[in-house]
Amino acid sequence: MPTILAVDDSASMRQMVTFTLKGAGFSVIDAVDGVDALSKVKGKSVDLVLTDVNMPRMDGIALIKELRALPNFKFTPILMLTTESGSDKKSEGKSAGATGWIVKPFNPDQLLATIKKVLG
Amino acid sequence: MGIDISQFLDTFYEESFEGLDIMETNLLALDAGQVDDDTINSIFRAAHSIKGGSGTFGLMDVADFTHVLETLLDEMRDGVRPVTSEGVSLMLSSVDVLRDMLTALRDGNEIDTARVSEVHADLETMLKGSVAAAKEDQTVAETANAEAAPQASGDGWKIVFRPMVQMLKTGNDPVRMIKELDELGELSVRADLDDLPPLEDLDPEECRIGWTMELKGDVTEEAIKEIFSWVEDECELNIEPLAAAEVPETEVAEEAEAAPVAEPVTEPATAPAAVEVSATAPAPVAEKKEAAAPATVKKAAAKDSGSIRVGIDKVDVLINMVGELVITQSMLNQIGEEFTMDKLQKLQEGLAELERHTREMQENVMRIRMLPISFAFNRFPRLVHDLSQKLNKKIELKMSGEQTELDKTVMEKIGDPLVHLVRNSLDHGIETPEVRKANGKPEVGELLLNAYHQGGKIVIEIHDDGAGLNTDRIRAKAIEKGLIKEGENLPPEKIHELIFHPGFSTAEQVSDVSGRGVGMDVVKRNIKDLGGSVEVQSEAGVGSVFTIRLPLTLAILDGQLMRIGDQTFVIPLVSITESLQVNEAYIKSIASDTELYKLRDEYVPVLRLHDVFGIEPDSKELVGGLLMVVEGDGQYAGLFVDELMGQQQVVIKSLESNFKPVEGVSGATILGDGTVALIIDVAGLVQLARKRNRRGQGQNIAA
Repeated sequence: MPTILAVDDSASMRQMVTFTLKGAGFSVIDAVDGVDALSKVKGKSVDLVLTDVNMPRMDGIALIKELRALPNFKFTPILMLTTESGSDKKSEGKSAGATGWIVKPFNPDQLLATIKKVLG
Repeated sequence: MGIDISQFLDTFYEESFEGLDIMETNLLALDAGQVDDDTINSIFRAAHSIKGGSGTFGLMDVADFTHVLETLLDEMRDGVRPVTSEGVSLMLSSVDVLRDMLTALRDGNEIDTARVSEVHADLETMLKGSVAAAKEDQTVAETANAEAAPQASGDGWKIVFRPMVQMLKTGNDPVRMIKELDELGELSVRADLDDLPPLEDLDPEECRIGWTMELKGDVTEEAIKEIFSWVEDECELNIEPLAAAEVPETEVAEEAEAAPVAEPVTEPATAPAAVEVSATAPAPVAEKKEAAAPATVKKAAAKDSGSIRVGIDKVDVLINMVGELVITQSMLNQIGEEFTMDKLQKLQEGLAELERHTREMQENVMRIRMLPISFAFNRFPRLVHDLSQKLNKKIELKMSGEQTELDKTVMEKIGDPLVHLVRNSLDHGIETPEVRKANGKPEVGELLLNAYHQGGKIVIEIHDDGAGLNTDRIRAKAIEKGLIKEGENLPPEKIHELIFHPGFSTAEQVSDVSGRGVGMDVVKRNIKDLGGSVEVQSEAGVGSVFTIRLPLTLAILDGQLMRIGDQTFVIPLVSITESLQVNEAYIKSIASDTELYKLRDEYVPVLRLHDVFGIEPDSKELVGGLLMVVEGDGQYAGLFVDELMGQQQVVIKSLESNFKPVEGVSGATILGDGTVALIIDVAGLVQLARKRNRRGQGQNIAA
């Protein structure tokens, strides 16, 4: 089953995303920010990354840059979880190497639909 | 799928309240002039999380409200809006509104919509006056574009899609997009391989293929754009209705280059944005009633059982102990399996160990309930900030001992009495800057909150350097209310105590800050209900100190163990000032049973603990023995003991609940070897010594 890295500093979002993904049969690695995420996927590869943008210590944009520099993450789909007003962040994330984004607020069904599309 | 997202609401509320606390603390820092990126960023991040979460969990009122707040913060963060004190005040009010909204939603209560709309409108007004009002809300532009876009004629669309070479490196797969298009209608695809280099030059990480597609069916242009939305900056995309797509292919490609479809989407559209800003104001007000308390929220409130956050270190200790327990258990198993009488001692040892581990475990589980008092103190910076503005006073708040731990239940119940006392000190205690200046005091008044453990109690002090209690006025009022008789001669302390009498208020003007005379008596009753006490010390013109003492039945204490005869006692480490060997030259006897010891320039009374507790000591000879100098309530005493033992943390067990209150003893504890040791209440003991002294002097006088 595909493994998904889910990064969000908000515990409720993390719970919701993890619960939804696990319910759909994915394995989930969750992390509270960029630093945590990098340490948790060190030397591993995952099938998809979901990351919040605004986070303490290392934000989503910096995380995407770091991940893209890793050989294991060169072509891994990386989706930003971002709010509508975050247009600047969308393009900033895109230039950092993000595949796309899921606009907050989203519900579990929307999340799964997007992920299934990306994973094919 | 149908996942019930209300199950995450508890977590959302908890983290939102934490976020609001962070916002408040940092807003206060901003107000104090600390305008730096970190501060603004933490405020923004907290607001942003609340907005995202509330939207996700269907709390649209909260999301709408936070959206405006977030926009303001975004402008401050980007430096296009200066940080003003009005701005900070408005945002502090917004924090309050959000806290109230979330509390109401969590508890299934009505939201105060009037207050929400009021602050919401204020935020909108502030936002409108901004240089960058039109900056955000590309969403409107997007929707406007979508509406303006031609709808599908039913014939379908011709789509020319030419990814840029690096598109694969963002994890985007053209095949996925083509598959998605295929799901929309009848799709025919032709690959353009013109750019494809010969095989030996081929870089597999580059995308050198383009596609021209015809999609037939009743599909909107928006649906097609949606599929390519992630890559709009990484490709050339041209979408045209099939009927109009009679232009030769090459020209289409050129057109696409000249006017990429991506452009209108990212371009800010100022006109519709202005419409949006004014439109959002009335909308939430109208929606509020229906959305105030959705059913899911009520359900969540019902199952809210409260939660506490526990430091990792405390959990680690527990895990360690569980490990020890498991080891002990397997050891006992082994003994039990092939038990013979010669293993009896081993069995007993094992059982003793099991008992010790279980007890330690119990104590440490208790510790989980202990929280630093900073949880209760944290609300005061804000309170003092708001009140001093309201009262036109200048007040500096200082806090110390915030890490002093107390039981969560006690903490929750002491919150309101503390607020009342602080309000009272601000309102009645500290004078206005003019008055202070006239009295030769610094303009800025000082309020100090202090907490510490003393004799198995937590002591919370509220100091102010204000005017102090007005003894004459209190006396007059008390006579008027018939609490005391005219001409009754009471010392000032007794008169000050009258303020805790029911129905007593000296404020000449009833203010909305410290209420209408229901107050101090309620404070005292609440504290008494917790088994504690409150007292006031005050000096006219200098200030007042309110001291709250609360029992700490579950407190952990850093203790010094000492022995008298065969009994072990624990003395709170903080009470010990020094320990010394008694030198004969410094002993002074006043009466037959009163001894003093000269400690540098002072005399301290010697307390023979073996007398106090009726124990047969190793030695009754002071000279050469050990004297432990302790301090309680500002008074010193020398405790004569046999031996000093180790220092350790002990869990206080209440004597009151297990036995009865004993003078000079604050509680008991069970030591690692299972014996019970009494914990000495130093303040009580020192008082006991003073009483004995007085008795002694009295006898002298009588004789």
